[in-house]
Formats: sequence, C-alpha cells, structure tokens
Amino acid sequence: MRIKQIYPTYRQTRCLHYSQSSLALSSAKEHSPLVGTKPVNTVTLIPGDGVGAELMGSVQMIFKQIGVPVQWEELFVSETSSSRSASLDDVLKSIRKNQVCLKGVISSGHGVSGVSGELETLNMKMRRALDLFAYVVHAKSIPGLLTRHNDLDFVVVREQLEGEYSALEHESVPGVVESLKIITRGRSERIAKFAFDYAIKHGRKKVTAVHKANIMKLGDGQFLQSCEEISELYPSIALETMIIDNCCMQLVSNPWQFDVMVMPNLYGNIVDNIAAGLVGGAGVVPGENYSEDYVIYEPGARHSFHEGVGRNIANPTAILLAASKMLAHLNLHHFSSALSSAVYEVFKSGKVRMRDMGGQATSIDFTKAILQAIRL
Amino acid sequence: MASRILKSLFATVKISKTGTQLYSQDVRTVTLIPGDGIGPEISAAVQKIFSSAKVPVEWEAVDVTPVKAPDGRMVIPQKAIDSVNKNKIGLKGPLATPVGKGHQSLNLALRKTFNLYANVRPCRSIEGYKTPYDDVDLVTIRENTEGEYSGIEHVIVDGVVQSIKLITEVASRRVAEFAFRYAVANNRKSVTAVHKANIMRMSDGLFLQCCREAAEKFPEVQFDEMYLDTVCLHMVQDPKKYDVLVMPNLYGDILSDLCAGLIGGLGVTPSGNIGENGAAIFESVHGTAPDIAGQDKANPTALLLSACMMLKHMGLGTYGSKIEKAAFEAIKNKETRTADLGGKATCSQFTDAVCRYVD
Repeated sequence: MRIKQIYPTYRQTRCLHYSQSSLALSSAKEHSPLVGTKPVNTVTLIPGDGVGAELMGSVQMIFKQIGVPVQWEELFVSETSSSRSASLDDVLKSIRKNQVCLKGVISSGHGVSGVSGELETLNMKMRRALDLFAYVVHAKSIPGLLTRHNDLDFVVVREQLEGEYSALEHESVPGVVESLKIITRGRSERIAKFAFDYAIKHGRKKVTAVHKANIMKLGDGQFLQSCEEISELYPSIALETMIIDNCCMQLVSNPWQFDVMVMPNLYGNIVDNIAAGLVGGAGVVPGENYSEDYVIYEPGARHSFHEGVGRNIANPTAILLAASKMLAHLNLHHFSSALSSAVYEVFKSGKVRMRDMGGQATSIDFTKAILQAIRL
Repeated sequence: MASRILKSLFATVKISKTGTQLYSQDVRTVTLIPGDGIGPEISAAVQKIFSSAKVPVEWEAVDVTPVKAPDGRMVIPQKAIDSVNKNKIGLKGPLATPVGKGHQSLNLALRKTFNLYANVRPCRSIEGYKTPYDDVDLVTIRENTEGEYSGIEHVIVDGVVQSIKLITEVASRRVAEFAFRYAVANNRKSVTAVHKANIMRMSDGLFLQCCREAAEKFPEVQFDEMYLDTVCLHMVQDPKKYDVLVMPNLYGDILSDLCAGLIGGLGVTPSGNIGENGAAIFESVHGTAPDIAGQDKANPTALLLSACMMLKHMGLGTYGSKIEKAAFEAIKNKETRTADLGGKATCSQFTDAVCRYVD
C-alpha cells in the first residue's frame, strides 16, 4: 500500500513534508499576504547565540542583493541572556503566524543552577510547544571540500521531543540521581512514518533504525517495534536495524552504506554530529525541524561556536544551505537552486577558502564570493 | 571509601610505575577464560607468545559456562569465581551470550561479581594497518556499573515506556579518580570529562561535579569538560585532540566503539575492566566469530594487546611493550598479517611471526 503522493498548489507546498507523514492529511493554511502584485513571505528570524548574528548577516545580505521576496521578523532569543530575550510567548506567536523560521543556535547553560534553574532548556520548550517532532540533517559531501570520506549522501532523521531529553530528573536520595528516558509508541510511530515518507519523497531506498534494544529492552524495544510495524506499510523501502555502537563504528569505517537513518533523541544527537564531522564539520551542514504545521531551519550540528564570535571566521555555508532549503519550501525554487549552486561552485573552484578548507578567507569574503557566484 | 582503601594499600605496598602493587619477580598466576568460538585458538596463540617471550606468568584456565545452582538459577561456577578472587587478574576471550531465559548475561555477572567499575580502552593507530585516521592515540574510560545500563525499565501505561538512568556520586567519584590516577601513571597530559549536562542537568551535572572535584586533587593533569556531541563532531575530524576521556556508561559504550572504529575495529582493540582492590579482567571485545572458529583464520591481536595491557597493570610493563612491538611488526608485514586485516597469514603463522619478533 503506497501512500498517495500529493501534488500541491502553492499554498499547500508548505504542508508537503508533514501532511504526508501525519496520519490524517492536513489542509493548507492561509498565510502570505499579497503586497502589490508579488506575494511576500514573512519569515521569523532568530539569530541565536555565539556567531549567530554574524551568520544571519550573511543570509540577509545575500537575500537583499538578489531580491528574494522574503520579509524578516527578527527576534532576539537567548537563554543565557534571558533578561534581554524576547519572551517564549512572543517567539511562539511569531512562528505560529509565519509558519517558517530561520534560526541560529540557542545555547543552553549546563548544570541545574546554570541558567534558569529549570531542567528543561529553552530549546526543548520551544520544540515541545510547536510540536517539532522531527529533526532532519542531510549529510552531503561538498565537492571541493576534501574529507577522509568523500561522496557521502545520507539523511539522519531524529525524534526530538522525547527520549533522554524529557527533563525528568530527581535526586531520590542525596548523591543518587535518576533521569528518566521516555519512549512512547505514538511518537515512535510518527517519527518512523516521517522517515519512510521522507525516503519515498526523495527517492531513497533504505531506512536504518538505530537503537540499543539489546540493553534497553523495553524502551528501545518499543522504538524498534514501531519502526518494524511502519515499515510494513512501505514495501518498496528496505528496513535495516543497527545497534548504536556498531552504527558509530560503521559510520567511520564505511559510511557509504547509509541512506536514511531514523533514531530516538540522544542517538540522533550523536549521529548528527558524527555525520557533520564526516562531511566537513559544523560549518557546512544544514538542519530542518518539522512539525505538522511549522518548519524551522538552522545549522545542522547546533554548535554556537562561541570562540568564533567577532573574529569573522564562522563558516556561513551551513546557514546558507539551510536558507536555500527554506526557499525551496517557500516555493521559491529559482532562488533556492541559485543559492545552493553558488555555494557548491565556490567550494569547487577553491579560489576562496575558509579556515576549515585550509585557506585564510573570512566569513565576509566567503559570503561575497557566494554572492558573486549566484546566477539568476 | 575507595580512596581510603587505596591509601591503606599504598601505605604498606611498594608502587610500580603503573600505579599497581609491585610483586616480586616470582611467577604470577593469571586466570584465563578462553571463551567460545575463536576464543580457544586465540587464547592458545597468546599463551604461545607469552612463553616465547618468557613472561613470568602462569595460566589457570577456567570455564565460565553457567551451571545450575542449588536454588535453580544459572550461575557462574564457583571454581571460576574462586580462581579470579585468588589471582585478582584475568584474561578473557569472547563469550557467546546464550539466548533465552534463565541465563544471566555472563559479562554482566562477571562485572557484578568482581565489581568492575571502570572499562579502559586505549585506542592507538596501528602502524601496519591503514585506516583513514592515522594519528589516534587516546584512552576512553567508561563508568561500567550504572548509568543508562541499570536495566530498570517500566511500562507506565500501554505504549509509554520509562527507562531509568541512575547516576550516583559514589560511582562517579570512583571512576573520575581512577581516570586521573591512570593519566598520571601512564604519562597522559589531560583528562576530558564527556557529558551532556546541558540536557541532563542533574544527572550529568552530578557526574561533572565529581570529575571537577577529582581534578582538583591532581593538579598536574589538565582537565577539560566537553559535550558529547562536540566530542563526536571533532573526533571524526581530528582525533589527535583527545587524550584521556572519562564518561558515564552509555556515552562510554558509544564513544569507545567509535574510537575502535577509527583504528580498525573491534578485532584490534584491547580492553580492560578494572575493579576494586586491584582486581582486573582484560578482554577482547569482538564476537566469537563462530563461522571461522577452528579454521586457523582468527586474528589474536585484540586478545594479545589486552594481555599486554594486563602485563602493564601487573607491573610487568617491559614484557608488555616488547610483545606489543613484536605484534605491530608482524602486522606491518603483509605476509604475516591475518586475513581480516588484508593479509595472507593464518592465525598460527601470525603467532609464529610474533614469537620470532619477540626474540
């Protein structure tokens, strides 16, 4: 039984990913107002901490220069500087209105006394409030950026609402702390279905479910069972299961075997970062957060790179590729492919190279090079 | 409490370079658990190499196949337990985990019986065996008794499962102090605590706090703390940044396997489990490979390197280094390398080559 493909109208494009994955097809929503004769999309922009503001500068500069019909609604959000930050309610209101957001990385301090004194971080609260259940990192090698493993192209789908990130901890006896990891059938099925739908949509052949069910028999056992049940609905996509430690070993010795990977929260965090490292680092991989109604684009490996603040050395590739994916989602395909082609061309030509490619170019130099390479 | 015991030990016993009790140069007895599958062949290989190198070690082989206890449970035979308790040092080959109810996981049983609280895996790039990573030289130290592997799970309501991760101050402190002592004893420059205290604020926060406190007692060793995802990200790009890594159970499991993958897999990675009161069991962490058992195809490198680790732990480091060097020489040469590393030699040919190089 194949899930019916939906060929959408302009407005329905935004719902394509998640309306396929939600078990009931959702209907499109009214959003972009018409200004003059050209529709303008309003997108929430959250620069985030660390080098976020600089990276957003790159995006905004390029968009303005090439005339992308996107209007930014900028919000300063930070957990570590919470007094100056916009409130969570304002952020949620904005994202619910615009439905699309481009964001930098919001750092969470560590330790209970670290920042807010609460166990749940601001990121977690945002994701839960907006039901952003899926996090997708597309690890694709960039020709011209040589790494130990070239020609990689796989996707990591991570359940990001539950698992180890449930923020349910208590000290039962002094010196003994219990942390609860929650796995539910509903969310496991939802993420599995998302992964398979993604595979179908993007012409992928195999989904690998990553788990540790030999140790966490009930918890990860439930996750695995959900993956197996959902895979029966997709006979054209193969399901493979792999234990997380073996998976990490395989990623560094034979990463070409992977196609789409699906896993619970913590393993997703680990594999996302390994994948980013394999293709060139945190500066080159984009990430997408999906719920049934909203999408948030951000740098894939989620590191705020504090050491790079003010030094003009942060690589804008990750945020630009994320912005390119966002443009495709907004149905601005021409701009989307022009931007991503320009990024790939700059890497391929190798004339302007940043630190992670062995060169000396600054972020601004690199951004300008990409701008010049754009062919509309 | 562990530090008190150690202090009393230090007061009465001379300490060797590796931080362990120095025994006289009499022959020491070590418990040997050959294991299943390729276990017996590789254990025999190690014994042969040890006798070529004239290592003052005597082997006491035991069988750990579970037997039925009087109360009906399947337990490790008392003979095996007594042997390890007496000798304190053990070398273990791969064990097949029996599938089915009623059997305790043997590894778990050994760990509980001897209170093996730290798992140490030194990962060093092997000269003869080329992988995309050739500058790896780090050690992962993993807390072995608690954390995510506490095995406490419940189904709260149908479709909702809760797994409990337990972190205690006692265990965290114990493994943190071990990590620093290990670093000092083995001339390592820094210890990095790997955690996710930004997400699991209380549990990893406690672990981190114990590491920080242990760091203050060892000012000569540099201390760093890093998030698990940052470590993974940089590990696959530039592994030579890392020296000694200490972490709770699950992260340790994943990271130690990741590092094993960097140097060539479980077939060439040594591993040691350290317990209290000087007990330690060294093992090879690969599987039993039943498909090649008995065909002289197995690669004894993992078990051999673990045995060398064991010698260093016992204060017989000179023998350990000698055998290690011989093993690396044998791997460098394509003629004497085993098939799984891309060579042509059989297990016995490799063993003979190492014996030759040792002399």
